[in-house]
Formats: sequence, C-alpha cells, structure tokens
Amino acid sequence: MYALSCESLTKSFRKGKGKRVQALCGVGFAVRAGEIYGILGPNGSGKSTLVRILATLLLPDAGRAQVLGYDVVRQARRVREVIHRVSTEAAFFKKLSPLENLLYGARLYGVPGRKVIRRARGLLAELGIPEDKQVRPMEQLSRGQQQKVAVARALLIPPPVLLLDEPTTGLDPRSKREVQELIRGLRDEEGTTVLLTTHDMEEADRLCDRVAILDEGRLVAEGSPRELKEQIRTDGQPVSMEDVFFALTGKEWDDEG
Amino acid sequence: MRAELFTRPLRRELVATWGFVARNLHLTKRYWGWELVWFAYSLTSSLAVAYIGLGTERLAGAAVDGRALTLYLLVGTLVWAYLSQIFYVISEMVAWERWEGTIEYTFMAPSLRLTHLVGTSLFAVIYGIARTLLILAAASAFFDIPLVGANLPAAGLWLAVGSVSFVGFGILAGVMPLLFPERGVQMTNVLAALLLLVSGVYYPVEVLPAWMQVLARMSPATYVIQGMRGAILEGVGLDQLARPLLYLALGGVGMILFGTWAFSQAERYAKRTGRLKRSG
Repeated sequence: MYALSCESLTKSFRKGKGKRVQALCGVGFAVRAGEIYGILGPNGSGKSTLVRILATLLLPDAGRAQVLGYDVVRQARRVREVIHRVSTEAAFFKKLSPLENLLYGARLYGVPGRKVIRRARGLLAELGIPEDKQVRPMEQLSRGQQQKVAVARALLIPPPVLLLDEPTTGLDPRSKREVQELIRGLRDEEGTTVLLTTHDMEEADRLCDRVAILDEGRLVAEGSPRELKEQIRTDGQPVSMEDVFFALTGKEWDDEG
Repeated sequence: MRAELFTRPLRRELVATWGFVARNLHLTKRYWGWELVWFAYSLTSSLAVAYIGLGTERLAGAAVDGRALTLYLLVGTLVWAYLSQIFYVISEMVAWERWEGTIEYTFMAPSLRLTHLVGTSLFAVIYGIARTLLILAAASAFFDIPLVGANLPAAGLWLAVGSVSFVGFGILAGVMPLLFPERGVQMTNVLAALLLLVSGVYYPVEVLPAWMQVLARMSPATYVIQGMRGAILEGVGLDQLARPLLYLALGGVGMILFGTWAFSQAERYAKRTGRLKRSG
C-alpha cells in the first residue's frame, strides 16, 4: 500500500463570470511510505491546490486521492488524523505566543496541553526559538522564526504523513538548511512520509527521493533527481535540476508568473 | 500519543472543546485594549439609553414614571448586550479565523465540526455573561436598580433558554461568512441590526408597523426580552412561564440542529469552490 496516492485528480475554479481556471488536469502519482516526494513547479502550477485536496481542504472535481488508504473525500476525518500540513503562510493567531499556538494545536488533536507542554518547549528550543520568545506574541517573531514554529506545531504530535507546501519559502539560508535537516531527520528517525512542494530546485535535488514536475496543472515528469537529470543529459556535462525543469517544461524564467 | 488519538473519541472531543474555549480566552486577554474600548462603548450606550427614562419623565412631566422606564430600558439594553455578544462571537468565528489566517489549520484538524461550534458557543456564553455582569455592576453605580419583587430564578431561566436560541441563530448566521468571504460579515451585522430593531429591545413591539411585528414574532430576542421584563419588573413566576419557555427552548434546539446542518453544507460548498482560503 502506498502512503499517498492520486489518480486522475482534476480541479478547476471559477474566476469571474463564465470563466474557469484549470488548476489540476488528471494528476496521478503514488508516494511510498517513508519517502520524501517532491512536487516541483512554478507559481500557479497547481502545487498548493494539490496539497489542499490531500489535506481535505478542497474537494476535487474528479479523480481520487488516498492517504494511508483513506479516501480524502469519503473518509476526510480519518485522513485528518494522520496528516499535518505546513504552508507558506504561517497560519497562527498572531497575538498568541508560540507556546499558546502549539497547545491550541495539540488540543485540536485531542491531546491535553499539560501532556505536551514540555515537548512543545523542547521542540521550539531545538528549532532555535529562545525561551523568552516562546511566550511572546507571534507577531513579534521574524518570518523565519514563525515558519519554524509552524514546523514545530506539525511535529508536536508526529504525523505519519507530512504535507509541506513550500515550507522554506522566504527563509534565510541558515533557517532553510535547519528546516531541511529537520525534515530529513523526521523521515530517517520516525519513518514519516513527506510530500514537499517547492519551486526551489536545489532543495528538491538535495532533499527528495523522487520528484514530480507539475506544470499548468499537469505532471510532466517523475523520477529521482538523478533519473531526471539523466533524461536530459546529452553531452556528458553536469546537469542541474534547474536545467531539468526548463528542459521538461519548455519554459524560461521570463515565462514564470 | 498517536494511539491515544484513536482510542478515546469522547475525551478527545472534550479536550478539543476546551481548546477552542482556551484559545478564545487567551485571545481576549491579548486584545485587552480593544476589550476595554468595546466595554466602554457598551457601557456608555447602555447608560445613554437608560437615561432616556429619566429624561422622558422630565420632558413629559408626572405622567411618566421615570424610574420604571429607566429599569425597562436597562433590562432591554443589558439583555441585548448579552444576546448580541453571543450572536457576534459565533457568527463571526469563520470571519475571525479567515482574518487571522488560521481557518485552514482549524478546518484541517481531526476534531468534529460540532466540537468547533460547541467550543465557540461555550466561550460566547461565558464571555457574554462576564461582560454583561460587568456592565450591570458599572450601571448600578449610576442608577438605583430596585430588584425587590423581581423573580431572579425565572429571569435566569429566560436567559439560559434565550442563550440556546441565540447560539442557534449565531451558527446559522455564521454560514454567511463561509459562503461569502467578503460580504458575509456585513450580512451578519445587518441581521443583528434588524434583530435589534424588531425585537422590542427599547420599546414594546406593539408600536411597530404590522409587517415588522411579523418579524418580531420570528425573533427569539423578542420572547427573551419580554420574559426577562416580566420576571424582573413584574415578578412573573415560573408557573406562568412554562409554555413560552418550552416553545423558546424547542425553537432554540431546532435552530441549533438546523444551523449545524446548514453550516456543514456551507463548509462542503466552501471546499468545493475554494472559499476556505483566507484570501477568498
């Protein structure tokens, strides 16, 4: 059984009168348990729509998606019990402290605050949030620190499946590296399955076991970073994931919106 | 810890209920400046309305019992302060989370939507009672509030049953911000204003035009305010209240059930059309 799978997933949105935007067109892939699977694509390629469907926040128009064998539409509550999602926007109550936000998150999962407070403090400290900042309003923390708190919240009750929607966007290089190490550690030590969306080619190369390239709502390629590089190598010269992306989507930077 | 997630569903929902209450209590504490502003605004509004009673006596002469009118107005304004607070807290829960940017996080949690609604409603009642008692305490420094002859247990019962009705009304109104990310809150405010107009908060509903009296009969606030006035001003006992209280309670429970169903349908619609996202 795959930890995560999609078949012919399709989703469109209404934009203005009579207009529809196709966000996903028949997307299908499967992620093995304990794998770090990257979805690589430019802005507007459908990455976040895909993650939202898997997180039960959106209903697909057609197709099927399963998390640990649970259908995201018909068994949404079961799916919610086994996933966590970290998105680009740190979704917090800005006036609450990191600790208060984490305890709220734990209670939503039915775990009393007193049972996790020590672990919450430890996780925050491990991610470099000093003790005094753990009790200050989130709005007083930097963007990088807020994103680390988002990661800590997702790890507070370790989920079997972690959905990471561009978790390192906007982080400085050091914070980015720390978050990446944490993701890798989670997979290595807890066996967590990770679906990671990113438009950072280097991140995908370094972190992911396999990568799918999503462009205008369609999967245009899938494979390990090495396989994808081999696919486009012609003259024995070193190839980067950036080269792979542009070769397979047929796009230049100027085309990105 | 994960095993615990699957083994004790009721306990888990109770913890999640407390999670919503605790979160809102923390938020109230952190937004204390605004709380102070809204309290001052509510208190001055209540006082201004109550002074109309004494002012009318001065203007109209001995024909008007200013103290009785003041008490009549004070009961109306305090009950409305309480009920409207419940209505606003519940009906704006989606809009509030959308504004904070946490709506997707909360809706992605494994707790039941019913737990979400119960937790928010519980906080709304606690908050509404605390706030109204503070306004009452402050108002009593300005007016002599004679409660001799008042039937306080009956008044408490009216308020309790009225709370149930307004929880249902709030849940139903909370559907609008789910369906209309931008205009939803505006709609709930219009609804609250309409309730204020037709429910006899400051005057008997009989003075309203016939078509507005029809609306008055549909508003649970009308019955709660009339009942509270009867209990506090005339000492009406529980023996005379059984039937209207029962109707109000049944209506309230019906409203909660219908509101919860409507909310779940609206959530499904929002998930189909992508309206949960905070940008709308």
